[in-house]
Amino acid sequence: MKPTDIKDPEYFHKVVDCQYACPAHTPVPEYIRLIAMGRYSDAYMVNWESNVFPGVLGRTCDRPCEPACRRGRVEDEPVAICRLKRVAADNKDDTEISARMPDIPARKNGKKVALIGGGPASLTVARDLMPLGYSIDLYDDQPTGGGFMRSQIPSFRLPETVLNQEVNYILDMGVVTQFNTYVDSLQSILDKNYDAVFVGTGAPRGRDLDIPGRRQGEANIHIGIDWLSSVAFEHTEKIGKKVIVLGGGNTAMDCCRTSMRLGADSVSVIVRSPRAEMKASPWEIEDAEREGIPMFENHVPLEFVVKDDKLVAMKFDRVKAVYDDSGKRSLVSLGKEPVLIECDDVCIAIGQDNSFPWIERDLGLDFGKWDMPMVNSVTFQSTNPKVFFGGDAAFGPENIITAVAHGHQVAVSIDLFINGEDVNKRPAPGVTLVSQKMGIHEWSYDSDVVNDVRYAVPHAEVQLSLKDRLMEVELGFDQDTGFAEAQRCLNCDAQTLFVEAKCIECDACVDICPTDCITFTTNGTQDDLRTRLSAPANNLAQDLYLSNDSLPTGRVMIKDEDVCLHCGLCAERCPTAAWDMQKFLYHVTKAGQ
Amino acid sequence: MSYIKPAFRHPDLPVNDLGYTKKNYEGAISTLCAGCGHDSISAAIVQAIFELSIAPHQVAKLSGIGCSSKTPTYFLGDSHGFNSVHGRMPSVATGANMANRDMIYVGVSGDGDTASIGMGQFTHAVRRNVNMMYVVENNGCYGLTKGQDSATSDVGSMSKKGEPNPFEAIDLVSVALQLGATFVARSFSGDKEQLIPLIKAAISHQGFAFIDIISPCVTFNNNPGSTKGYEYVRDHLAATGTVDFVPMKEELTTSYQSGTAEEVTLHDGSVVHLYKGDESLDIHNRRSALKLIKDYKAQDKILTGLLYMDADSQDLHETIGTSNKPLRSLTEQDLCPGNKVLQNINDSLR
Repeated sequence: MKPTDIKDPEYFHKVVDCQYACPAHTPVPEYIRLIAMGRYSDAYMVNWESNVFPGVLGRTCDRPCEPACRRGRVEDEPVAICRLKRVAADNKDDTEISARMPDIPARKNGKKVALIGGGPASLTVARDLMPLGYSIDLYDDQPTGGGFMRSQIPSFRLPETVLNQEVNYILDMGVVTQFNTYVDSLQSILDKNYDAVFVGTGAPRGRDLDIPGRRQGEANIHIGIDWLSSVAFEHTEKIGKKVIVLGGGNTAMDCCRTSMRLGADSVSVIVRSPRAEMKASPWEIEDAEREGIPMFENHVPLEFVVKDDKLVAMKFDRVKAVYDDSGKRSLVSLGKEPVLIECDDVCIAIGQDNSFPWIERDLGLDFGKWDMPMVNSVTFQSTNPKVFFGGDAAFGPENIITAVAHGHQVAVSIDLFINGEDVNKRPAPGVTLVSQKMGIHEWSYDSDVVNDVRYAVPHAEVQLSLKDRLMEVELGFDQDTGFAEAQRCLNCDAQTLFVEAKCIECDACVDICPTDCITFTTNGTQDDLRTRLSAPANNLAQDLYLSNDSLPTGRVMIKDEDVCLHCGLCAERCPTAAWDMQKFLYHVTKAGQ
Repeated sequence: MSYIKPAFRHPDLPVNDLGYTKKNYEGAISTLCAGCGHDSISAAIVQAIFELSIAPHQVAKLSGIGCSSKTPTYFLGDSHGFNSVHGRMPSVATGANMANRDMIYVGVSGDGDTASIGMGQFTHAVRRNVNMMYVVENNGCYGLTKGQDSATSDVGSMSKKGEPNPFEAIDLVSVALQLGATFVARSFSGDKEQLIPLIKAAISHQGFAFIDIISPCVTFNNNPGSTKGYEYVRDHLAATGTVDFVPMKEELTTSYQSGTAEEVTLHDGSVVHLYKGDESLDIHNRRSALKLIKDYKAQDKILTGLLYMDADSQDLHETIGTSNKPLRSLTEQDLCPGNKVLQNINDSLR
């Protein structure tokens, strides 16, 4: 194997599993340490720079960081990263945060950008471009900003005050908003001579279910995302006593829990697939079940039963999942009598699609498969160089944090494009690597690994919260629990650096390492080396850190990054400081930096 | 100073026959200097006893005074331990061994504790062939008292202070051979591939098993001019060959060229395989070992590896015909067999 090139910023970036997994690459351990220190405003700003909506995401993020967290490989549960983010947002000093918002130049640079859609992607583009002096017009058909964060996420998960605050941090930079304005023609926007146009219109069309009775039952059959939106804007205030929610994703979870709050007595979630394949986040399923909502798996809808022009029930066929050799699933009927479930209303939450009826097809903007615009996955530029896409509008439904990540990249592209530079030349990430040594055996970070198991977030009383659609269910960690949970972080950004020239091969690091990460042996291929290490190295997704072969015995040092606790004992026990713990800070370079 | 070791271990650690992982054989975190060879020896003992699937409570660790003698705290935290007076570990070990022959005795000592203050004790444990493993963690200096030359420091060797040692060294391996030790080996703390099989063989050996382990003192004796620093030892290392220890229940699966390998079967049926690096060594012949040690020394080489063993030796219990059960298991019935037995004894003396 070749020696590891630790000068490549991506090597150590990958070691910080949470940050690497985050689409926006938020420096997670950095802000978790700040939370532990009680520096909530600082922790908030680290987040805000990177993910723009810490308060929103601290409640609603899909948390790709948590399954990646190293702690989950060392013990059962990852660090509660998402809910720690909320601790920073809940405890920040609002006055201080407002004062720390970027300065917006009074003298504009004379360039105009249009943002279509007021969701997280558009707002992120605005956030990055406003401080550079751009003039920005934002169009949205809703009465206020936030996009799906406002219309799709119920208030019992995301209070309006939290959302408003973070949306306003950006709008208050001087974005010219055109709310209640549905853009029905891209041509009309292009005609206004913007220097660049960003499309962040999401995936606004909920899938329908075309089975018998659909049209007859129309009055009581709702498309999930439209219905949630109508609840959010208070056009809908009640629902029938018996409700069926079709679908197993997060929208279904929001529909069923919202129904409970709008007067339903019994709500059932009915899913075609086996429960294990439901797309909803496990914690959202848990939250729904805590409110007494049952989930029925393996039921395929057959018919809406309508009596006297009123929806009265639905019929389902019972199926089982069968998998072929390539793992492809088919749902095979059990051939049993259909199941009849009574209902007054049905919410269909079986997915959502993109929809661009408002984009004329003669603008030099090519559409490809599934009638999706052709968008470069790095620059987010469409085939019309002035038009950029991001968020769900670019490649289909994802989540808020992905939309934010897109927004940052779009801002970089727009800034390059307007300045006449090549959008394909992306700026390198900002990287720092600094020794954490304070004394002979002291580190500037808390290297002690605590044994605590993951702390549970307290919830409001179910009976109370079901009565009030606006009452937040999750209460968030208090400061003490937040501190304790923060201490579970392994500080994976405190990197172990090895200097061959200093090593005397005394084995002290090998002997002390609690998780047997380090081996000195003769070099070989990676497959061969993985069989010869101090402990099994079966996690191929994790790299081996290899020294060069200049050690006195001609052997190489190999460190399996997989379950390294970043406790610093290798560096503490090293008599020659051949090991050093160095804090690695990686940030994605933003527009204009 | 490092004082906290995280509780987490690698989730896929191998398990031995008793269902234990290596963690069950660890001790407290070491308080020795960072980089001390002794910590490597502790790790090798942990690994060897883990691999032998010996239950920790069946082991007694005994030591005297010194850096080396502190180390039993840092391995086998669930075993019995006794920190004796300086240099007096051999007599405590002998006593313990006499009282309970079923335990496994691991004696850990240093060059001061053995070759200076404890020399008299050491020699008698050797000649009595007490059934134990006796390890000397040999760094050629008195590290605990700021690095004065010890009795095993080579003549002319310089410690950190910079003065060449004017005295001839005591070669503990040669002394042990001459006094009749029945298992003699030398090794280096930085070579676990050699050391772990030697420890396993020494523990399985019935009788006095002696291993002299060169273990550099990073703080006081790891400088240019020292003959016991990491660099010097690595440059001057020679080995009698490689040793493989195969427990009774396993079969040797690797094949080696005939003629170069020698097998020695131990009393419990396990086998020590020696793949000789030097054809002239006869590991059943003390004189062969003594000669070879001198020959290598003359070439400025440190000869390591298994040097001598007598698998059929008679240990102290057999020699003096002691109880074949541990004393603690003797009942009142065993100890006071009654008037009739006394009468028989008296009759036999009339």
